Amino acid sequence: MPAFLLEIGLEEIPARMIAAAQKELAERVEKMLARENLLRAHAVQSYSTPRRLAVLVEGVLAHQPDTQEELVGPSLKVAYKDGAPTPAAIAFAKKAGVEVSALRTITNAKGEYIGATVERKGRPAVEVLAEMLPREMAGLYWAKSMYWRAGKPERFVRPLRWLLALLDAEVVPVEFAGLKADDVSYGHRVLHGDAPVVIAKPSEYVAKLEKAKVVVDVEARRQRIRKALDAATRAVPGARWRENEELVDAVTHLTEWPTALLGNFEKEHLTLPEEILETVMRDHQKQFVVEDANGKLLPHFLAVLNTEVGAAGAAIIRHGNERVLRARFNDARFFWDVDQKISLTDRVEMLRNVTFHKDLGSYYDKTEKNLKTADYISKKLSGYHSDDWENIRLAVELAKTDLTTEMVKEFTELQGVVGGLYTNAQGIPKDVSDAIYEQYMPLGATNRIPSTKIGAILALSDKMTTITEMFKKNIIPTGSKDPFALRRAGAGVVRILAENTHVHGNLHLVDVVHATNQMDEADKTLRFHVLDFMLDRLEFYLQESCEIRLQVARAVRNSGAATYDDDSAGKLVGYGYVAGFAKALNEQVGSADVLAVAELLKRAANIQRQAKEKGIQFSGEEAAALLVDPAEKELAQRVTEVDASIQKNYREGKYSEVIAAIAGLQQPLNAFFESVMVMVDDEKTRNNRLALLARTVAVVRWAADFSELASI
Amino acid sequence: MRMKTAVTTATSNAVLKSALTFQELLFTLQGFWSARGCILQQPYDVEVGAGTMSPETFLRVLGPKPYSVAYAQPSRRPADGRYGENPNRLFKHTQLQVILKPPPSNIQELYLESLAAIGIDLRQHDIKFEEDNWESPTLGAWGVGWQVMLDGLEITQFTYFQQCGGIDLDPITGEITYGLERIAAFLQDVDSIYDIVWMRDAKTGRAVTYGEVRLAEELQFSVYNFEKADVEKLWQHLDLYEAECKALLDAARPTLEGEDAVARSRVPVLAIFDLCLKCSHLFNLLDARGAISVTERVGVIARVRALAVGVAKAYTAQQTVVGSAAVIGAVS
Repeated sequence: MPAFLLEIGLEEIPARMIAAAQKELAERVEKMLARENLLRAHAVQSYSTPRRLAVLVEGVLAHQPDTQEELVGPSLKVAYKDGAPTPAAIAFAKKAGVEVSALRTITNAKGEYIGATVERKGRPAVEVLAEMLPREMAGLYWAKSMYWRAGKPERFVRPLRWLLALLDAEVVPVEFAGLKADDVSYGHRVLHGDAPVVIAKPSEYVAKLEKAKVVVDVEARRQRIRKALDAATRAVPGARWRENEELVDAVTHLTEWPTALLGNFEKEHLTLPEEILETVMRDHQKQFVVEDANGKLLPHFLAVLNTEVGAAGAAIIRHGNERVLRARFNDARFFWDVDQKISLTDRVEMLRNVTFHKDLGSYYDKTEKNLKTADYISKKLSGYHSDDWENIRLAVELAKTDLTTEMVKEFTELQGVVGGLYTNAQGIPKDVSDAIYEQYMPLGATNRIPSTKIGAILALSDKMTTITEMFKKNIIPTGSKDPFALRRAGAGVVRILAENTHVHGNLHLVDVVHATNQMDEADKTLRFHVLDFMLDRLEFYLQESCEIRLQVARAVRNSGAATYDDDSAGKLVGYGYVAGFAKALNEQVGSADVLAVAELLKRAANIQRQAKEKGIQFSGEEAAALLVDPAEKELAQRVTEVDASIQKNYREGKYSEVIAAIAGLQQPLNAFFESVMVMVDDEKTRNNRLALLARTVAVVRWAADFSELASI
Repeated sequence: MRMKTAVTTATSNAVLKSALTFQELLFTLQGFWSARGCILQQPYDVEVGAGTMSPETFLRVLGPKPYSVAYAQPSRRPADGRYGENPNRLFKHTQLQVILKPPPSNIQELYLESLAAIGIDLRQHDIKFEEDNWESPTLGAWGVGWQVMLDGLEITQFTYFQQCGGIDLDPITGEITYGLERIAAFLQDVDSIYDIVWMRDAKTGRAVTYGEVRLAEELQFSVYNFEKADVEKLWQHLDLYEAECKALLDAARPTLEGEDAVARSRVPVLAIFDLCLKCSHLFNLLDARGAISVTERVGVIARVRALAVGVAKAYTAQQTVVGSAAVIGAVS
């Protein structure tokens, strides 16, 4: 069966967009072929380089099969008057392309209609492809696209330069963006030049381009790069290149014919902090860092080239790369020296001139707010006379001062890190400089969180203050819009609360939410809004970072322990326990015991809900004197015991015992539902029973909303 | 205080001797683009932060008329000054700006040929086009493109203009901006911009360096920009230029909306644009002086942008009727 090949040739596509576009193009072509009835047993391959996107489909039909279609026309009554066809029938026959005599009667559920069987002739695949491909190409998603032709007829990521479309040996005459497809591709710009590469049939595409110095297969290119890096590193005994998948990915999408080159820099630059050296090499020069067996930096780097050169060329390219790197390192050293002339302590005032946000003032203002937040958190954590308050205060005050340094202006991704390094060099206590260094952590869901206590307090204060202040100005993430990465900040807060060993036993989400918004009654709505946003982050954290099932994450998100409402004042637990309990519950959630008690608790919750819907009012706690039936007395007593057990064991991290205690309600609940009628006529008894059920549900709900778990 | 740079790798002296001087580099690129249909213009004589701000780019990209031009543009960025002490940074650097409207389909190939013309044999180098989009909030302009990396060094900004002065462009313009100091330092293999050979006497072989020509300027303008510029007066200048620019724009509006072709052609849009450029430069000076507070900053940018957008509109309006000039300078 024929194979189909499409190659879109264009000016360099941004590396970050290539992988998704390659995938989307393959999917679009495959779907289109299927829709057009042109696919049989098939295999789809896709390729890309900075200058091309390609898809190769094997098992394409050369011709669409003929089909028969049943068309339904007007009703029989309308179609014939006195046995003669009406204008409606004639029009239908014309539209269907059949003689009136060929019309048939069709009987369906709605009645009798006239119908026609239409033969649809399949069209040649080449014709269909030429017609359908422009739409698929135009439909590709680009994060940022552009116009380039006069009259602006189409947008694409960069200008298209050629089109290649083949069905076996036949050119598919597709036209798009002012280009007409041919059987010609182009090789590596420098190594192969302008000479066209004629592709006689799809199967020779990969090999022909390889000859023209283009590796079109992305995985093959990636492996080539890894091997080249390994080989180049071997020149330095005992060295290895520092693994960095993101960077490997980036250079894979920046090259058509990759090779690797080892370069050197002067040993004296190793006196610069490793963070700065690595940022320059990795982020600015897209070079790989070389380290020894202990992970210590060596004075070498690896550059991935998009060419292949001999010894003379290698010397020139190495020299050029070394020159740039040396200038960058000298810059960094220069910035370091210049920056030391004004200590960070003396830079606090300069923050008045650094904008945090146009509606929220400067970083000086932000620092003042951070300080209030940190003060509150510190008191929650260590009481009013915390030994390290002075250090916390200093850390917060100096935290943003590195934004005024030349180093951070040049290497913005090093904010915080530079502050940490400078304060350390300027004789500020290590607890403070470590905290400043860690303030922006975690940068992503898998990145490190602050490890120190002050670092955690600083990071929490900074992030929570940002979130609250933005919410105050109604800058709230919606859908895909989150320009200030508030979701990431929120997720960071939850992770620190759950995982930092200095705070995870003592600090609750509500503590940090209140810290930015200190119990001002007027701000109550805002506080709930922020808390709700943060609880969404908790749910996300539990699912994504802890790999907890959706229902469990929801059950915990809605629990009293995680949310704290005014009813359960005084029962705040460290957020580490909330995460710990969620993990334990996730492991046991499928068990028969948990399912059974969840089902019963759901029933209890339903009865209450229905009663409330009828307008019945009852309290959240039953009166012992009004309990009549032995089963309800038993339940009441057991619930009290379970409550105590939950509260004690949860706070001691004995989660299995919490779950066992809850599961233990299965028997008394069963007995209750078997022998006790809740909705009795006597109002007092009825309301007391509803109250008992309310307490039962609430006691369990403090740990987790079990009604979510009945449906697992 | 000049930076000490340790050179441990052997430099290729053969390359160095034959490398173009700074002025030869400029001649060669100008000659190259002149031979490909570009008008050669002189640097604009009002302070600008980039070649883009010259009317040869900012105004010529507007409207339907094809236009191709190349010019060197000394570009002043007061905040980037380093008193001549940093080997890689300048208050005033030189851009070679090439404007191709509309961009020919072989624009990348033309550009690569220009590198060959200045002595870069691409078979012995590593060249990459890496995504780099350009945006200027003060000019209401943006485009997409690349930074061109040669052996790890960014030597050129390559942009397809999409919008200018808040106006969507049609046709699109291709803009190629060479950083001449960087390229010269690369070609001559020197670690400091100040060591670039600006010219070499053909008879005596005596070389004049970039430092000899420009170091004093870097030092003195850094002193002025960072220390001496009178903030109060800068604000006054800004207010005056802005007021005049605005007043002229307001006065021009009825004429530009009218039918009188002679009156329309006499509207001094080009002069009004100079006033807008003055404001932009004064903003940069005030910024370098640390005189613009957080709350003021956004406001001042908006003020300059309003002028730029106003000029772009006026220019477009004027072109719509006056635009009878022959199509000039199309690149073949």
